[in-house]
Amino acid sequence: MTARSIRGAVAATLATVLSLTAAACSQPGGSDGSNSGSGAGDSTVVGIAYEPDSLSPLLGYGKDGNSKIFDGLLALDGNMKLRPALATALPEVSDDGLTYTYKLRRGVKFSDGKPFGAKDVVFTYRTILDEKTNNASRTELDAVKSVEATGDDTVVFTLKYPYAPFAQRTVLPIAPEHVAGRQDVNTGAFTTHPIGTGPYVLTKWSKGEKLSFKANPDYWGGAPKVKKFTMAIIKDDDVRATRLRSGELDGAILPPNLAKGFARDSGTRTYAATTYDYRTVTLPTHNKVAGDTAIRRALDVAVDRQAMVDSILNGEGRAAYGPVPTDSEWFAKGTERTHDLDAAKKILDDAGWKPGKDGIRAKDGVRAAFPLWYLTGDKLRQDHALAYASDAKKAGIDITTEAGTWEVIEPRMEQDAVLAGGGSPADPDFDQYTLLKSSLAGDGFNNMAWYDNKAVDQALEAGRRSGDTAERKAAYDTVQRELVKNPGYTFLTHIDHLYVVKDRFGALTTQVEPHDHGLASGPWWNIEDWTPKK
Amino acid sequence: MGRMAGRRALLAVPVLAAVTFGVFAVAAASPFDPVKAYAGTAGLTASQENLDQLRVNLGVDQPLVTRWWNWLTSALSGDLGDSSVMRQPVSDVIGERLGWSVLLAASAFAVAVVLGTGLGVLAARRPGGLLDRCVSSAAYTLEAAPAFWLGLLAIWFFALKLDVLPAGGLTDAASDTVTFGQVATHLVLPAAVLGISQLPWFFLYVRQGVADALDEDPVRGARARGLRERTVLLGHALRSGMLPMLTLIGSRVPELITGALLVETVFSWPGIAAATVQAATSVDFPLLAALTVLATAAVVLGNLLSDLLYAIADPRVGFDG
Repeated sequence: MTARSIRGAVAATLATVLSLTAAACSQPGGSDGSNSGSGAGDSTVVGIAYEPDSLSPLLGYGKDGNSKIFDGLLALDGNMKLRPALATALPEVSDDGLTYTYKLRRGVKFSDGKPFGAKDVVFTYRTILDEKTNNASRTELDAVKSVEATGDDTVVFTLKYPYAPFAQRTVLPIAPEHVAGRQDVNTGAFTTHPIGTGPYVLTKWSKGEKLSFKANPDYWGGAPKVKKFTMAIIKDDDVRATRLRSGELDGAILPPNLAKGFARDSGTRTYAATTYDYRTVTLPTHNKVAGDTAIRRALDVAVDRQAMVDSILNGEGRAAYGPVPTDSEWFAKGTERTHDLDAAKKILDDAGWKPGKDGIRAKDGVRAAFPLWYLTGDKLRQDHALAYASDAKKAGIDITTEAGTWEVIEPRMEQDAVLAGGGSPADPDFDQYTLLKSSLAGDGFNNMAWYDNKAVDQALEAGRRSGDTAERKAAYDTVQRELVKNPGYTFLTHIDHLYVVKDRFGALTTQVEPHDHGLASGPWWNIEDWTPKK
Repeated sequence: MGRMAGRRALLAVPVLAAVTFGVFAVAAASPFDPVKAYAGTAGLTASQENLDQLRVNLGVDQPLVTRWWNWLTSALSGDLGDSSVMRQPVSDVIGERLGWSVLLAASAFAVAVVLGTGLGVLAARRPGGLLDRCVSSAAYTLEAAPAFWLGLLAIWFFALKLDVLPAGGLTDAASDTVTFGQVATHLVLPAAVLGISQLPWFFLYVRQGVADALDEDPVRGARARGLRERTVLLGHALRSGMLPMLTLIGSRVPELITGALLVETVFSWPGIAAATVQAATSVDFPLLAALTVLATAAVVLGNLLSDLLYAIADPRVGFDG
């Protein structure tokens, strides 16, 4: 066993390792190509955290509009106003609010070259409404009684009841009948190889890895300038930030703490998309403590919302006083509540909740205490829950925070408080009806707090039935004022969604975003309009 | 040899059937609700009626035994059913992903076995020597290091600091076509990480086995007869020192599968492991059952392989029966 032979063996081993690595590196189009994401001017790669289950609109994909592969009858612009897409104009609504008539754009083709027509619209809506279709969002089209084609370019929807926000629902994508109608709607090839009329055509979906799109040269709205668009699915926040930094990605969604790392980076810009995405605490009616109006009102003013925005969200968000964010046109001015611990204490004193020896209040032998659940692993919700419990403690209410999965939390929702999230910007009805309507208490995840308020119920009905904007505004103002008198939820914050994108795309815009991180959220909501600098 | 393989294959049939039933039973007893999982975020606003309809459509309202029997009979006729979570036939899911997982696992396995054996033999030649001490302590450290952490470390170093290897994916994010060169570069990091996370076991077994063998009479005899060091080491010591490692090869298969799970996630590798987790947490019965059969088959085959290798390496053992 000589030193020479050891050296030889080590050298041989090292050589093997190195040659393996080197061989791999020197493959044609290898490591040089790894940064090509940022190379070509007309291609873009973005990193997203969530992957859709299916790309079939019939199963719910793109139901809130803006799906890139597909178009809806209508679409939402940057200011969340409805504009025509596959329809030539906004729908004609009958006086009783029961009939919606859409004129369709002519000459539009699906990406397989076949023409789009009224039969595709009828097929799409009828299929979604068919109970054999596994679409979990079918309830959203609950108002539809029938959908008919009258001629090749006119579609008429008849509703069961007047439903003012119905036009907002018709942003959902239209599927081609000649493809999707010929296969199993729930599992057929169309669910992974969609064909639509949109600005981009899906070239490849490697599940768990990425979605690749190429521009649709025949797009009726004009061929997009970004010719190639890739969404890399990277679930881990750190890995996504890393791959953005390594130059492989041109943009990504990031949590506030990681986005901060790019703030001083000259090659990137950070976009904070304002949202309807709220975090709230449900105060279930069935809980003796949380169901007491005095406790609810006290918590509503005892909580320091601005401190949460500053410390938990790094300032990237706003205090929330209801489901409607303060900068929305639907917000009822004057319903803001200031943080006022003394006022909270006074409400509790007046209602007979007296402090005990340990500082926790009690009334008629009931201790002012209840559990608050949050979703395991969701750091943002955990931080909110802890801050809330700490604020409540100062007012003499003992809230114990507990973590669990939805399976653990769901059976307890009737009794225990939950740190919940939600939010849909398209229409105030979408959120508030399911959140507050007493008849929906305990219906799945609807009205988790079992909120029951007659005035709110009436206002919600008025808000969805009236076609008049002023009347609707008055109705939703009523809802928000009632929430001050009897808050069934303590709304805490509306959180901004942060995106970091390479500078070379110029200044971009974002839409107001919902709670869901859809594929089309972020500055790439209008990627078809981007003009990259060379 | 053939008879042993045949008998094991026969034995595998009831094992596989029992395992699939076990999967159905455990999944049915789990608190996860397949309907909620299928509906995803839409389920948070769906009405109870809508959810109930989904339950019927997905067939998860039927009793456990019925569901299992339906799955089993259609699986035997070649229809593996439809995956509810992937929204496509199970056979498609497996077909699209299995190859990439096998490629990753096989490369990692090769790294682990070749490097482990090589380093083990070198270390065993001089127990307590510099190489032995360095590699052994590294191996013990690696045993404790989670593959996930190693993966992030590798990305940080090779992709970020050195910028020589891609940080993830099967191909460049911007590339649509799967070429050999692309896959090869993208395979290096995940395979190396997975392989290196498995390496300590092989290294430690070989090192111990060969060191023990070097002290045994036949080896000392061989040395006394003046045979060349290389012949003694590779022909005698390694041959008997390899025996425990051959058993190890079979028993590492499940570890390799769980390791691949984390590594595939870190590197966005589109393999089957990531689908397994999703299938489990979504109680996607058809997909879960099919994947379990695959994993069980891999373990059974792994054990058979190690027994065969053992018998070939050591004629004293022979094939059972």
